[in-house]
Amino acid sequence: MAQVNNESVLATLQEKFGDAIEHAYEPYGMLTAFVKREQIIDILRFLKEDSTIQMNFLTSLCGIHYPNNEGKELGVIYHLHSFTNNFRMRLEVFFPSADVDMPTATVLWPTANWMEREAFEFFGINFVGHPDLRIILNVEDMDYHPLLKQYPLEDDTRTDKDDRYFGRTDGNKGVHFDVFPGKAQLPKKLANNAYALCSSIPI
Amino acid sequence: MQQYTDIEEEKEYNTLNLGPTHPATHGIFQNILKMDGEIIVSSEPTIGYIHRAFEKIAEHRPYYQITPLTDRMNYCSSPINNMGWHMTMEKLIGAEIPKRAQYMRVIIMELARIADHIVCNSVIGVDTGALTGFTYVWQDREKIYDVYEEICGARLTTNIGRIGGFERDFNKKTWEKIKDAVASIEKRWAEFENLLSRNRIFMDRCIGTGPISAERALAYGFTGPNLRAAGVDYDVRVMNPYSSYQDFDFTIPIGTNGDTYDRFCVRNTEIWESLKIIKAAMNNMPEGNYHADIPEFYLPPKDDVYTKMEALIYHFKIVMGETDVPKGEVYHSVEGGNGELGFYLVSDGGRAPYRLHFRRPCFIYYQAYAEMIKGSMLSDAILTMSSMNVIAGELDA
Repeated sequence: MAQVNNESVLATLQEKFGDAIEHAYEPYGMLTAFVKREQIIDILRFLKEDSTIQMNFLTSLCGIHYPNNEGKELGVIYHLHSFTNNFRMRLEVFFPSADVDMPTATVLWPTANWMEREAFEFFGINFVGHPDLRIILNVEDMDYHPLLKQYPLEDDTRTDKDDRYFGRTDGNKGVHFDVFPGKAQLPKKLANNAYALCSSIPI
Repeated sequence: MQQYTDIEEEKEYNTLNLGPTHPATHGIFQNILKMDGEIIVSSEPTIGYIHRAFEKIAEHRPYYQITPLTDRMNYCSSPINNMGWHMTMEKLIGAEIPKRAQYMRVIIMELARIADHIVCNSVIGVDTGALTGFTYVWQDREKIYDVYEEICGARLTTNIGRIGGFERDFNKKTWEKIKDAVASIEKRWAEFENLLSRNRIFMDRCIGTGPISAERALAYGFTGPNLRAAGVDYDVRVMNPYSSYQDFDFTIPIGTNGDTYDRFCVRNTEIWESLKIIKAAMNNMPEGNYHADIPEFYLPPKDDVYTKMEALIYHFKIVMGETDVPKGEVYHSVEGGNGELGFYLVSDGGRAPYRLHFRRPCFIYYQAYAEMIKGSMLSDAILTMSSMNVIAGELDA
């Protein structure tokens, strides 16, 4: 049987789908491929049904939001697992927040049903073809998507939790949120001159 | 068993609200059942009654403050959740954990697994009408909780351990309590099994109740004892060993029918395997440190904080969330009490995760519940739910 590893799977995917695989890397040893939204279901189906790779198990599906990543603000992340090869990989799809239609993975795995409902609820991702796309955890009439970064966890009027006191200039307002995985990987020393920042804060 | 494929038009059905707070569902779940007499025609689950937005909260907490959030997911085996999160962080920062700390973790995680299985299996007994076993084995769960208490001071929501290992080494009393718990469980669990495993009434009640095939279980993302009961030998401890599980010799029990009885038996056998692992870990406990040498993440001893400059600096940096964390994305999973508990962490280098997604086994496999109880009796639906080990805290996160 052919060897299944990061290189071979990526090579197979690139050969089969070409440009649909935009970018790939291996954070902490897990193959992570960024793929085009239009072909995601074809790729998932291929990975699932290929007799060598046999990605039979959808481990998890979740959304993510990068507000400063223009044109690719929202994302869906699939974790796949092949039990026969004991091989895991991750697929990431990014798309603009103005166009939130994603094809549904429920056609391949019924387990994607609630996972997609959760991603819809938290990020407003519209899974086209989903049998029952409703809010699952929160109240039914909630009309916003709470895990989007524009919603702060706490009231803006709170001053005791100002992130500037912790050496980070613009806390939860987006300074560090412009990181797109795959571009910057090395830990960058952050500007954390607490004294300089504290002096600018009226106490 | 009657099979319902299509709802017949001319028939009149009753609608029954099972829950949200029904005592037999052991947690807050609602199922709106369509009933034909006592037979369930279809069901519509509603979840989220104790949703606490952990994924959102986690984006606003320093890394070490996320451990208490994980407690509150599967609260029947909190230490596994805690340590799963610690290991995710250690993977992200690339910390190397001493063998001793790893073995200590194995002992605590296996005790937690036993506690989880004790709750689940004894409650299956309760739901079949056998309350005796439940009251009997609860004492052993108590002994496990005493061990937690000795180590970290808490019993249910433990917040046990630290990123990097444990806050202190196990003292003499802890070792005694672990030995005592193991000896006591060994004795009493044999009695519990005697009481139920080959009990005719119990078997008649459980065999064939709420079955699921291996194929459907995989499609529904089952993991843990529920998947193994259906006949798939998937266990994260063996497939992707963490915390030195590769050093231990244990077997993965599997069932064949994926019904309540198989789930019960798989958990029973797992308790014995866990006891084996704990004893092996205690006998081969390596010498060494109980925590990793990662001063930027592991709080220094309090005495040093008062007397040593460096310790004070690290203490301040950790508490204020000043430590630099590598950027990156990491997935780590552990074998929780009821399945693969995964943590998908995206770090942007800030003091809190950019995104943290919990792969909660309950949330994923509870989807299949409606399919599993279709065509069964109402009382079997209760039994199926308790044998699936659905924990509300984890389901709703």
